[in-house]
Amino acid sequence: MPIAPPISSPYLHAETSVRRIMNQVMLALLPGIVVYTALIGLALIVQVLLACCFALIFEGLFQKLRGRSLASLQDGSALVTACLIALTFPPLSPWWLTVLGVFFAIVVAKQLYGGLGQNPFNPAMIAFAVCIVAFPALMSQWPAQGLHLPFSQQMEVIFGFSPRIDALTAATPLDAIKTALKMDSFTGSIQDLLKSQSLYGTFAGRGWEWVTTAYLVGGLFLIFRRVITWQTPVAFLGSMTVISLICWLIDPARFSDPLFHLFSGGAMLGAFFIATDPVSGCTTPAGKLIFGGGAGLLAYLIRVFGGFPDGIAFSILIMNICAPLIDVYTQPAIFAMQQGGKKKERDHA
Amino acid sequence: MMRRETFRVIAWNGIWKQNTSFAQILGLCPLLAISTNMVNGVMLSLATLIVMALSNISVSLLRRWIPHEIRIPVFILIVAALVTVVDLLFNAFFHELYVILGIFIPLITTNCIVLARVEAFAGKNPPVESMFDGVFMGVGMLWSLALLGTLRELISDGTLLSGIDMVIPGARALQILPAEYPGFLLAALPPGAFIMLGCLIAGKNWLDIRAAARQKKSRPAAPLAASAENA
Repeated sequence: MPIAPPISSPYLHAETSVRRIMNQVMLALLPGIVVYTALIGLALIVQVLLACCFALIFEGLFQKLRGRSLASLQDGSALVTACLIALTFPPLSPWWLTVLGVFFAIVVAKQLYGGLGQNPFNPAMIAFAVCIVAFPALMSQWPAQGLHLPFSQQMEVIFGFSPRIDALTAATPLDAIKTALKMDSFTGSIQDLLKSQSLYGTFAGRGWEWVTTAYLVGGLFLIFRRVITWQTPVAFLGSMTVISLICWLIDPARFSDPLFHLFSGGAMLGAFFIATDPVSGCTTPAGKLIFGGGAGLLAYLIRVFGGFPDGIAFSILIMNICAPLIDVYTQPAIFAMQQGGKKKERDHA
Repeated sequence: MMRRETFRVIAWNGIWKQNTSFAQILGLCPLLAISTNMVNGVMLSLATLIVMALSNISVSLLRRWIPHEIRIPVFILIVAALVTVVDLLFNAFFHELYVILGIFIPLITTNCIVLARVEAFAGKNPPVESMFDGVFMGVGMLWSLALLGTLRELISDGTLLSGIDMVIPGARALQILPAEYPGFLLAALPPGAFIMLGCLIAGKNWLDIRAAARQKKSRPAAPLAASAENA
C-alpha cells in the first residue's frame, strides 16, 4: 500500500503538481493557438508540433545524459516551453530555426542549469533572444496580412524546398510604425499611418488584436484557476499602460495609444504566460508587482526606442536577472513577526 | 633523470593540468574578445607566449635582487618593457593583424596569467625552468585559444583560418560548410564565447574525471601520485 507523503504547511486544499499546472497553462494557451491558426493557417500547428517533438527529444536526451529519470517528460514543462517558442517565432520561419530555438531553450537554458526549477532565465525567452540576435532578418519575417498561402506552399516555405520570398512577409504593425517614425521623410502622424495601411484593425494590428485578445482570455482563465496570481500581469499591463499613456498624451502624433500597445506584439502573452513563470520570476506578492511593473516598462521602452521589433523577451530576461534580489528584499513578514524577521514585541505583563 | 622529470611536469602543467583558459580560467578578457577566429587567437597567444617566456627569464635572473615588498611594481615594469618590444615587433611585421588585435597586445601587461607565472613560478625558480614554464603556459593558452577560435569561426561563418593572409601572404581561408550556410552570429559575439568556453571547460573536466576513474580502477591501492603543484 503506498504511504501518503507527510503533509506540511502550506495546507493547500487542492493537491497540485507540475503536471497539473502545465496542463492548465496549455489549456489557457488553446484559445490563442486556435485564433492564431485561423489567422495564419495550419503552419502554426505544424510549428507547435515540431517544437513539441524536439523539446521532448532534447529533454529526454539530456535527462538521460545527466543520469536523471525520464519522468520529467511527462510533467509538460518542456511542452509549454515548446508552445511558447512556436507562438513567439514567426510562423513561417524555417524548421531549423524552430529546432535551434528549442535546443537553446531546453538544453542550454534549462538542462545545463540543472533542469526544471533550476533555470534562472525563462527558456522560451532565451530561445527568442538567441535567435533574434543571431538571425535578425529571419526573426522579423512575419506573414504579410491578407495573404493566405495554401497549406502545401506553407510547408514548402517552412521546410525549405522553395526559396524564401520577401513578398510573403511583412513587418509587424509595431515594427512598421517604428520604421516609419525613424524615416526623416515621414511628416504625418500615427493616425494617418494607421488609416493609410491595411495592416491595422480596430484597435491594434489587424488580426493580431484577436490573437492577443485570445491570450488575454486564456490569462484570465489562469488567474481564475489560481494557477497564476494577479500581481504580475496587472503590474505588467499597468506599467505599460501608464508609460504609453504619458508618451501618447505628450505627443499623440509620434506615439501610439495605450490600447494599441497592450494588444500588439507579445504584450498579452508576456504578461500572462511568460512573466508569470514560477521558476524564473519573482515569488513574493510585492516582488511580483515589481517584476511585472519593471518588465512592462522595459518592454515599452525597448519596443518604442530600441532596435528590435518587440521588447518582451529582453525585458523579461532583464527582470529575470533581478528576480532573486527582488525576492530577498520583498520577503513578507512571517506570522507573528515584524517585517525583517524580528519577533513582535508584546507586553503580556 | 630528475631534471627531465621536472620539465615533463612543467610541460604537463602548462598544457593541460593548469591550463590558463580551461583550468585557471585567467585572462578571460583577451580570450573572449580575440577568439573570434583561429588566426587572431593563435597570434595573440604567440605574443603572450613570447612575453611570458622573456619575463619569466628576466624575473628569475633578478629574483635575488628584487625586494620582496615592492616586487609587484617591479614585475609589472619588467613585463611592460617586454610587452612594448612585442607590440613594436607586431606593428612592424604583422601590421594588419596589429590593427585588429589593437589594444589587446598592450593589455598583455595587465594579463593576470603573465603576472601569475612571474609571481608563482619565476620568482622562486631558476631561469631555465622559468623560461620553460613561460613557454608551456603560453602553449596551453595557444591551443585553447586556437580551439575556441576554430569552433567559434566554424559556427559563426563556416570558415577556417580566415585572416591567414595577414600572417602568411597569399594563403587563403578554407570554406568548410557550404556557402549557403546562413551563419550563426551569436558564436561571434561575447555571449557565444562564454557559452563555448563553458562547454570546453566541461569537456576538460569530463576527460579528467574519466581519467581519474580509470586510474583508480586499474590501480586501486596505488599511493598518491606526487603532486606537482607549483602555483
